[in-house]
Amino acid sequence: MNLLEVRDLKVSYGGINAVKGIDLDVGEGELVALIGSNGAGKSTTLKAICGLLLHVGGEVRYQGNSIKRLPSYQLVRRGMALIPEGRGIFGRLTVEENLEMGAYCRASYKNELEHVYGLFPRLKERRVQTAGTLSGGEQQMLAIGRGLMSRPKLLLLDEPSMGLAPLMVSKIFETILSIAREGVTLLLVEQNAKLALEACHKAYVMDGGLIILSGPARELLGNPRVREAYLGE
Amino acid sequence: MDIFLQQIINGIVLGSVYALVALGYTMVYGILGLINFAHGEVVMIGAMVALAVINALSGTALPGPVIVLLGLMVAMPTCMALGYGIERIAYRPLRHAPRLAALITAIGVSIVLQNSAMIIWGRQYITFPPLLPSKPHFVAGAAISDLQIFIVLLAALIMVGLLFLVHRTRLGRAMRATAQNAEVAGLMGVNINTIISITFIVGSALAAVAGLMVSGYYGLAHYYMGFSLGLKAFTAAVLGGIGNLGGAMLGGLLLGIIESLGAGYIGQLTGGFLGSNYQDVFAFFVLILVLVFRPSGLLGERIAERA
Ligand SMILES: Nc1ncnc2c1ncn2[C@@H]1O[C@H](COP(=O)(O)OP(=O)(O)OP(=O)(O)O)[C@@H](O)[C@H]1O
Ligand SMILES: [Mg+2]
Repeated sequence: MNLLEVRDLKVSYGGINAVKGIDLDVGEGELVALIGSNGAGKSTTLKAICGLLLHVGGEVRYQGNSIKRLPSYQLVRRGMALIPEGRGIFGRLTVEENLEMGAYCRASYKNELEHVYGLFPRLKERRVQTAGTLSGGEQQMLAIGRGLMSRPKLLLLDEPSMGLAPLMVSKIFETILSIAREGVTLLLVEQNAKLALEACHKAYVMDGGLIILSGPARELLGNPRVREAYLGE
Repeated sequence: MDIFLQQIINGIVLGSVYALVALGYTMVYGILGLINFAHGEVVMIGAMVALAVINALSGTALPGPVIVLLGLMVAMPTCMALGYGIERIAYRPLRHAPRLAALITAIGVSIVLQNSAMIIWGRQYITFPPLLPSKPHFVAGAAISDLQIFIVLLAALIMVGLLFLVHRTRLGRAMRATAQNAEVAGLMGVNINTIISITFIVGSALAAVAGLMVSGYYGLAHYYMGFSLGLKAFTAAVLGGIGNLGGAMLGGLLLGIIESLGAGYIGQLTGGFLGSNYQDVFAFFVLILVLVFRPSGLLGERIAERA
């Protein structure tokens, strides 16, 4: 059984149909990429899965149960976490307070805190600093670390490499791979199609609110259409 | 008698009350970006309910302070329920409506509360029975009563407690996170509606205390008292920087002192033309000055940050 199943998902903003009926499957332990150009509807899809949007059609099942009517705050208790586009850091909270917010639903989070600090020693050095003063890359580390604090089974990441220098991008991708190796299931939205396809097992390509291609990431990497449109060849 | 010192003392007492009320405005603004203009009326209801209990018990053998405490113990839950209800009924359905709709609703709620109070308690002033020791102590030529000392200490204690709640507890962290980005706080598992309700409930509890203080201090309460008190506390919140807890405290104290000094010296300043009954002028003068010269307030952050 798939951990996450999306069926005929439709989202409209007023008159604009941003997502026009898509199917997605994310199996337990899989690392799945969702790629596509700007405005394709990727972020909208993630938000709809997380219950952040009104006017959502279709079905979203998590662990076999429909979660479409569930408010977003109940998802994290069920093991689902979204790291939103643009990071969504609490700029006036300290680094550690941001991480503690990630563990809001956990009774104790000492181990998780150590784990995240082990993953990102930079955050440990800056733990009492207000998060708004971190650099972009550090904020992305914080966003990922905060997402991990809830010990998610399923982590949805929206463009973790956005606005980062190449070195930081590869560091973030290494971290994503190591999170996946720990058994966390990941659905990764990325602009950087090459990196995403190389890292993931399976991928979906989205355009104009529809899934236009899907399959094993390696196959897509060799697909001429993908190479032309998303790998700039 | 030293007028200057005396007015400073009076100003600190008054300012402590303003600060408690200003905190209610600023907390709600911080989380919802809404100016809850009905908050002053919650203070009024607190005073009225407390006084109703106190007057009913004042003939009994109970000691004065116990009676006052009982008044507070009834007024506080009443106001908390009222604050919760106002948010639930009047503001929540308008959460995604334009700001103006919520603002007009807030004014509507004030009118409803004021008129309800008028129907229940009438138009006359309700006096506070002489239950509390009022013999003043003299310090360097200025008089200060036990009640004044008690008001300042209680207000300080409440403010320290509030700062502890907001900055040192899990709930407070969730409140701050919600104020900064409610959607992301929700993703962390915070039930935003609960946090908003708690904010209204805490603010209204402070309003009840302030209502009792102000009616005890002036010795009376009136169905119309919430209007000017609310406007002054709002001024204090803006002066300190709305949305900022420390700002509300500072703004309240400063406004109290400005007003007291103004009232003490206005006669001299205008050659006897205006008397101390014009003290209300100062609050609004301050409000206008702040809005013109420093709209983000003394400790406020750039307004643009909350778009
Ligand atoms: N709140 C909104 N109101 C109206 N239209 C919206 C809203 N959010 C997104 N859209 C529109 O929906 C479409 C899909 O947006 P979405 O953010 O999902 O794209 P995306 O694939 O994440 O793009 P990017 O890679 O640039 O982040 C776009 O055309 C966008 O303009
Ligand atoms: Mg996007």
